[in-house]
Amino acid sequence: MSFISELTKGIIKENPIFVIVLGMCPTLATSTSVDNALGMGMAATFVLVCSNIMISLIKNITPDKIRIPIYVVVIAAFVSIVDMSMAAYVPALHKSLGIFIPLIVVNCIILGRAEAFAGKNNMLNSMADGIGMGLGFTLSLTVVASIREILGNGTWLKIHVLPSTYEPMLVAILAPGAFITLGFLMAGMNLLKGRK
Amino acid sequence: MKDKYIVSPAPHLHDRTSIPMVMWNVVIALVPALIAAVWFWGFRSLLLTLIGAFAAVLTEAAVQRFRKIPVSVADGSAFLTGMLLSFNIHAGAPMWLPAVGAVFAIIVGKQVFGGLGNNPVNPALLGRAFLLASWPTLMTNGWVAAKRGAISGMNDLSLIADSLSTIAPKAHALVTSATPLKVAQTLRDSTWVNSLTSSPDLNHEISQNIFTNLFDPGTLKSLFVGNIGGCIGEVSVFALLLGALYLLWKNIIDWRIPLSYIGTVFVLSFFFGPIKGSSYSIMLPFFHIFSGGLMLGAFFMATDYTTTPITKSGRLIFGIGCGLLTIVIRLVGGYPEGVSYSILFMNVMTPLIDRFTMPRTFGEVKK
Repeated sequence: MSFISELTKGIIKENPIFVIVLGMCPTLATSTSVDNALGMGMAATFVLVCSNIMISLIKNITPDKIRIPIYVVVIAAFVSIVDMSMAAYVPALHKSLGIFIPLIVVNCIILGRAEAFAGKNNMLNSMADGIGMGLGFTLSLTVVASIREILGNGTWLKIHVLPSTYEPMLVAILAPGAFITLGFLMAGMNLLKGRK
Repeated sequence: MKDKYIVSPAPHLHDRTSIPMVMWNVVIALVPALIAAVWFWGFRSLLLTLIGAFAAVLTEAAVQRFRKIPVSVADGSAFLTGMLLSFNIHAGAPMWLPAVGAVFAIIVGKQVFGGLGNNPVNPALLGRAFLLASWPTLMTNGWVAAKRGAISGMNDLSLIADSLSTIAPKAHALVTSATPLKVAQTLRDSTWVNSLTSSPDLNHEISQNIFTNLFDPGTLKSLFVGNIGGCIGEVSVFALLLGALYLLWKNIIDWRIPLSYIGTVFVLSFFFGPIKGSSYSIMLPFFHIFSGGLMLGAFFMATDYTTTPITKSGRLIFGIGCGLLTIVIRLVGGYPEGVSYSILFMNVMTPLIDRFTMPRTFGEVKK
């Protein structure tokens, strides 16, 4: 596969959330508002790109039997960087994302890409894969969060977009709202794919 | 002559029962309750019910058109769903509330699973759960007092209520502004009871007094007739029983689920119903089976064909499970009423119950 197709496949064709259905836990938990979703998406993208590069570089010296612990150590190192930087520069966002930043370590998108792609491909393609998957994750998360924030709070990125007479549909920002939104978006994606 | 000889596969005995006949008969059975609601709250309750029902019908038609399958709204199932959903809303609710609930009930509760007969849970109850989770204040605040009686149904309390307004304003506000089950729930809250006045003995006496009034004959009569605050369809036990008897007579619903459901609530509320310090009373279980949505739920929602067990013993288990959960939610849970959640929970259990109670076929050897 070429560099460009590795870069773009994560956005629609192999979208990590709607097609591969990975990383459901952070998707459900951090899509309550758009700024949370963007923050989570960018943090995960940074870790994904860095860990993909690093893992593809060390793939030849990684013993096959203990590759998963090694991947986790690499990922954890980058997560620590993200965690501490966010705590220092965007403390509010860091606080609202809470436990889900350290949990990026066990995010199955990142581990999944390390195992399925970066451990077998060269550095450049792994970077493209990381960027594409990260963007796909961020975009999907933002779409889910937009629907949930608009319905559940009447706002988008904290800006009021619905008239003040709108009574917020609280269930949208509760856990069931995440499942329902995700389900309908997935069904919609499949519907569009089937029609092609 | 040869054409008249029809060869067909079994079964050869046919019943005239059909989906439209069942659904519209249930609608007919709900009419007495609707009349009672109009009598106690005025035409607003009728309007809310119709909005819910027609929103459900329109949504079902739109979704079926979208899915490119035959539009089957004339069978009455969507109308019934919308009607039952509106019956779960109180008469003071805004007009859009039943409409939004009905749209959700039909789309998420029914059509995404494949329509009639494929829904895992009762769509009307799912719609209600959705409304309660989305707009808790609109769903539970602003109970409208019945036109012809006190809101919590405690007419006989007016004598002591006047004295309460000076001694314990909080207690007075409670008995005049909430549904009977909310009163019963609040009386269990020891912090609330302790905050009534400065004297613990007096607090104890006041809460005992209100609690005893909940199940005195006067209040029970109000509950039975429907002279109380509550949701549109649940208010009049008498009207609901009329409809239920019609359905039992028409053989549309099975007696097992309602009987085991209401029976379980009756027995459990006798033993676990009294609050601290009050004694057992045979009247208290009547308060529990007459109040809230139990009659509506037991006869009209827990008897839905799709979402309840097929086997006879399974239906008894279903009813007992519903009763147990209802009592647990009412007596120790965070909500004053638990009928809708208990039925939803048991709906999800239905496939398991069916599997465990499946009768052995004739001649089958036990494994």
